[in-house]
Amino acid sequence: MQCQECQKRQATLHFTQVINGNKTEVQLCEVCAKEKGYMSYPEDGYSLHNLLTGLFNFDSSQMKTPQGSQFQQVKELQCSKCNMTFSEFKRVGKFGCAECYHTFATHLDPIFRRVHSGNSKHHGKIPKRKGGDLHLKKQVETYKQELQNLIVNEAFEEAATVRDKIKDLEKQIQNKEAGDNQ
Amino acid sequence: MTLQHFMNEAISPWMREEGPDSDIVLSSRIRLARNLADSKFPIIADVKDLEEIRDFFKKEYEHATFQDLDEFEFFPIKELSSVEKRVLVEKHLISPLLAKNADAAATMISKDEQVSVMINEEDHIRMQLYFPGLQLSKALTKAFEFDDWLEEKINYAFDETRGFLTSCPTNVGTGMRASVMMHLPALALTKQINRMMPAINQFGLVVRGIYGEGSEAVGNLFQISNQITLGKTEEDIIEDLESVVKQLIEHERKARTRLMEQSSTKLEDRIFRSLGVLKYSRIIESKEAASCLSNVRLGIDLEIIKNISRNILNELMVLTQPGFLQHYAKKTLSANERDVLRATLIRERLLLEEK
Repeated sequence: MQCQECQKRQATLHFTQVINGNKTEVQLCEVCAKEKGYMSYPEDGYSLHNLLTGLFNFDSSQMKTPQGSQFQQVKELQCSKCNMTFSEFKRVGKFGCAECYHTFATHLDPIFRRVHSGNSKHHGKIPKRKGGDLHLKKQVETYKQELQNLIVNEAFEEAATVRDKIKDLEKQIQNKEAGDNQ
Repeated sequence: MTLQHFMNEAISPWMREEGPDSDIVLSSRIRLARNLADSKFPIIADVKDLEEIRDFFKKEYEHATFQDLDEFEFFPIKELSSVEKRVLVEKHLISPLLAKNADAAATMISKDEQVSVMINEEDHIRMQLYFPGLQLSKALTKAFEFDDWLEEKINYAFDETRGFLTSCPTNVGTGMRASVMMHLPALALTKQINRMMPAINQFGLVVRGIYGEGSEAVGNLFQISNQITLGKTEEDIIEDLESVVKQLIEHERKARTRLMEQSSTKLEDRIFRSLGVLKYSRIIESKEAASCLSNVRLGIDLEIIKNISRNILNELMVLTQPGFLQHYAKKTLSANERDVLRATLIRERLLLEEK
């Protein structure tokens, strides 16, 4: 169907208007619909962020009333670094700084799980320099799991080598931490 | 001005090389979002702080070189004209959002255009690396090395449980968006792509047009990327993306073969008509140009059309965008004027191929 306004482009939108009980219907293309003010979206159209802020508003933590404080006004969470409040965060759908992640920590799991298919913990890259001994700690975890498997399979000789590796790494971590505290 | 270097050619130097499966996959891209630990994110920060970050990048990285890449050029966004910004967007070197963040935003681009870094976009740092064809793991390795190189001098916002901290919760964790640009004319023609989309979405992947969020799939070009950034390793994300892309490649090839077997004359007709339109039209809208270019490229891939280089699709798709046309004309053009110039440029470009 052609757009009723420009008579050129394909009509992709269908609007029903009711004014004083009179129903009118129009078929428009997106360009004309925007021009004629049928759509009041922000410039970029209906973006993912609009959807997201919608999601945040279903935050389950809001439903819960804090115990025994039914009449007491609940002080809103506010980031000490960038002054972003939790309701502001929910409105814009963006964090203001790294500190916000700590400030709003208790409310974030459900949001992350919803956005990232049930995940709320990072399993990817650790920054090379800043990660410090986090690499070693993760490596210890992997070795420990390997060790368990080896023991179950009664591969004791190999298990012993892995055990030594773990000891080595743990020593490294201890030394590093001792160094850091000096 | 050094920007001229990036403005002259519609096609980036790395695109001239063929990668694996480059009959269907035009490019692979890895984008990593990073932030500085101690500064407020750009959406809320004071301009003064952002300017400091921008100046730090200029001081540290202008004309710097990383591995085998060409040296970096540095451009503050506010020093660019609107046409220049538009051309960089059309070449996918910067995002439309960065082009809008005039105050303290900047970009650094390696001269070969393989790596570009956006400074003070939604996050402090967004780096992107391109490879021709399907080369996701190669791109990831390089992106990680580049990331380490930047980290030598920058204190990243990173948290043990949440990973890399980003302004938008949709990017937290790996901060990675891996995407593959595919030309899928046969799947589009047979309308199979519409049926495949829901299945692709189930893998946590999204399909978009080439100019990002909300854009239409012009010229049968589709961008497939990961949606989820938290809870999976970068390697796993890429593996999932690659396996879906490989299946799409297989389906596209099958669909092409079937079209050739069942309706080769119809297909040939369609391809040659498109070539005719591109060769002889005097006025052409961008949508028509894109669909004709897609058909011609399919014709080249199927060896129905010979003596025209494959790159013609990538090149003319960018060259005929509004920004590029106006850069070429050196003035602002109305939509009608653009349609005329577009037709002229395409004709001239195709004549060049015939020589």
